[in-house]
Amino acid sequence: MASILAVDDSASMRQMVSFTLKGAGYEVIEAVDGVDALNKAKGKTVNMVLTDVNMPNMDGITLIQELRKLPNYKFTPMLMLTTESSGDKKAQGKSAGATGWLVKPFNPDQLLGTIKKVIG
Amino acid sequence: MSIDMSQFHQVFFEESFEGLDIMETGLMDLDLGAADTEEINTIFRAAHSIKGGAGTFGFTDVASFTHVMETLLDEMRDGTREVTRKAVDLLLVSVDCLREMLSAVDAEEEIDQDRTKKLQNDLETILAEGSEASENTAVVVESGTENVVSGGVWSISFRPHSHLFKTGNDPVRMFRELELLGELTSKVETSKIPPFSEFDPEESYLSWEISLKSDCSEAEIQEIFEWVDEDCDLKIIQAAADKNEEPPQSLVVEASKAEVVTKAVVEKVPAIKKKTAKNTGNESSSIRVGTDKIDALINMVGELVITQSMLSQMSENFKIEDIERLKDGIDQLERNTREMQENVMQIRMLPISFSFNRFPRLVRDLASTLGKNIELKMSGEQTELDKTVMEKIGDPLVHLVRNSLDHGIEMPDVRKAAGKPEIGILQLNAFHEGGNIVIEIIDDGAGLNKERILSKARENGLIGENEVLPDEKIHELIFAPGFSTAAVVSDVSGRGVGMDVVMRNIRDLGGVVEIKSEEGVGSTFTIRLPLTLAILDGQLIRVGEHVYIIPLISIIESLQIELENCNKVAGKAELYKLRDEYISVMRLHELFNVIPNSTQLDNGLLVVAESEGQKVGLFVDDLMAQQQVVIKSLETNYQKVDGISGATILGDGTVAMILDLPGLAALSRKKQKTKPRILEEAVA
Repeated sequence: MASILAVDDSASMRQMVSFTLKGAGYEVIEAVDGVDALNKAKGKTVNMVLTDVNMPNMDGITLIQELRKLPNYKFTPMLMLTTESSGDKKAQGKSAGATGWLVKPFNPDQLLGTIKKVIG
Repeated sequence: MSIDMSQFHQVFFEESFEGLDIMETGLMDLDLGAADTEEINTIFRAAHSIKGGAGTFGFTDVASFTHVMETLLDEMRDGTREVTRKAVDLLLVSVDCLREMLSAVDAEEEIDQDRTKKLQNDLETILAEGSEASENTAVVVESGTENVVSGGVWSISFRPHSHLFKTGNDPVRMFRELELLGELTSKVETSKIPPFSEFDPEESYLSWEISLKSDCSEAEIQEIFEWVDEDCDLKIIQAAADKNEEPPQSLVVEASKAEVVTKAVVEKVPAIKKKTAKNTGNESSSIRVGTDKIDALINMVGELVITQSMLSQMSENFKIEDIERLKDGIDQLERNTREMQENVMQIRMLPISFSFNRFPRLVRDLASTLGKNIELKMSGEQTELDKTVMEKIGDPLVHLVRNSLDHGIEMPDVRKAAGKPEIGILQLNAFHEGGNIVIEIIDDGAGLNKERILSKARENGLIGENEVLPDEKIHELIFAPGFSTAAVVSDVSGRGVGMDVVMRNIRDLGGVVEIKSEEGVGSTFTIRLPLTLAILDGQLIRVGEHVYIIPLISIIESLQIELENCNKVAGKAELYKLRDEYISVMRLHELFNVIPNSTQLDNGLLVVAESEGQKVGLFVDDLMAQQQVVIKSLETNYQKVDGISGATILGDGTVAMILDLPGLAALSRKKQKTKPRILEEAVA
């Protein structure tokens, strides 16, 4: 079973993402911000990371940058959830090492569709 | 897969309201001109989360409104826009509006579209002022479909750059996606693979020439390669489906240049029908409790269970020698129960900051409306009180604060002329004192104008023409119904409605208000409230066979009656001379129509208690124990009874009534008017 690290500071988004992914049979580890996520990712290697961009303590782009430095996360798919539809954040994310992105708002089906693109 | 999104709504609303509070506090704290980026960032993030959630959970109106706020905040964060007073004010109003929108959505009511639209326009105007107007004002983004060419065979040249794997992308997955679009044939190009010695397994050396037989559009293919735009050379060419046709039009599009055209899409949201009698009135029925409090409780339940099992074991084979141990066990049970009770009560306790938090904003807004300079100081925000009390004290507090701002603190020029600093100070203090919480509202304003209060009270017939009153009584007149001294009726206060309601609300909570005021120096309103409404310290008293409870907090003293101190005002009331004061005597047996042990005053006791600032004497047969009682509402279980505020169940299982002293006084006045005879007979 593939494990996914879901990072979002908003509890409702986290719940929605986590519920959807668990429903589709993934193992989900939740984290509330970049710092939390980084610790959890070090504790257990996950198959994929799904992170919000705007978060306190450490934002999603920095998180991706930090994760890519870790040997276990060199090739791990990392998607960012972003409402910024401008290319700006996407480009920043890409250069930090993000695999791709999912534009908010999205519904559970879109989420699962995108996840399937990178794992499974 | 269908997921019921409504299950996440409650969490979304809760966190959004929290977010709005964060935004509000943040906006209030912003230094105009030199705002801290991190502070703006915090506000921005809150708006951002609300927008994201609202979009995801389908609250389009909320999302598009928040989007405009977010854009403004974003520009402030980037430093491309100055933090102006105007913008901050507008954002604050928008926070209010957003809060109302969310409440409306939560209650499944209709959103006030006019207000929302107007504010959104205002925000957009501000946005347009500072920078070039951006055209994409709506959130919903539609990918442009400009290169819509479909049908036939696509030939795709895909040459990943060597670092492709390090972005977490994998060509295999893309091919799998492509295969879903149609029939796929691919040719792999291996020429770039280096000699084995130079081979780096982490690099990508392969390229592909792909032919896809599909009716799909170019955009669909591009979407698959969307994430690797800059990590590969990609060419998508439509090969001719029919070889007889003209050579294929060159439709080479550098994927990296493919532009996404944003279009403003105005979505019409069908009006949500107002649902009646659903979710109305039950505001925040949930409560957040620290885990430490819960842990303590669980601990205590554990001990309770141990004590209980010890006792039941003892009862199985009880010998009279065990009586000491039984007593110990019961003592322990009592201790456990009391601790547990205290801890359960703790759960309902919240810091008063929940109520105080709204004041910085309120004071700021009011001060600017009134044209006054006011500084708000608060202390004791962490003082805890019961959640129910907190909910009910909110409105009276707001009223008192408004009153102090409006009537208390003077205009800057008046203050200057009086030799005071131009900035008026309003202080809110909270602290515990005994079993009460005390809230003080102190202003350094003009103080209450006794002359004006008196003349107004005479005008309204609240007091007689020549009546002379002590200061505190004059001050209390402002709580009389229909009283207002404001020279000009303002928006803020001064319609004469409210202060009496304030008083009533506080009394309903079992609290009292005191006023201290000195002309020219300022006023202090002191509110004293019981910490909780569920439990009260009571004095048990007996009249005949009946046991009543008087709230201990209102008892001043209890004494044996000496007949020579009793006076009877002809045909009216009995008075008792207590030292230099005369207090009216209320005979409980008469008020409740029960048979006492004795109607002779010197056979019973007089309990002197304070009710609405006045001393009253209650004639009872006997004083009994003092104990904590759990208040049960009579209104929910039976009906409202005059003179009784509630009931409780005593240790022996009997029900005892809790006396409502102001109610009793009213009852007694009524009885004296209707039955003056009986009183006289009783005394005789």
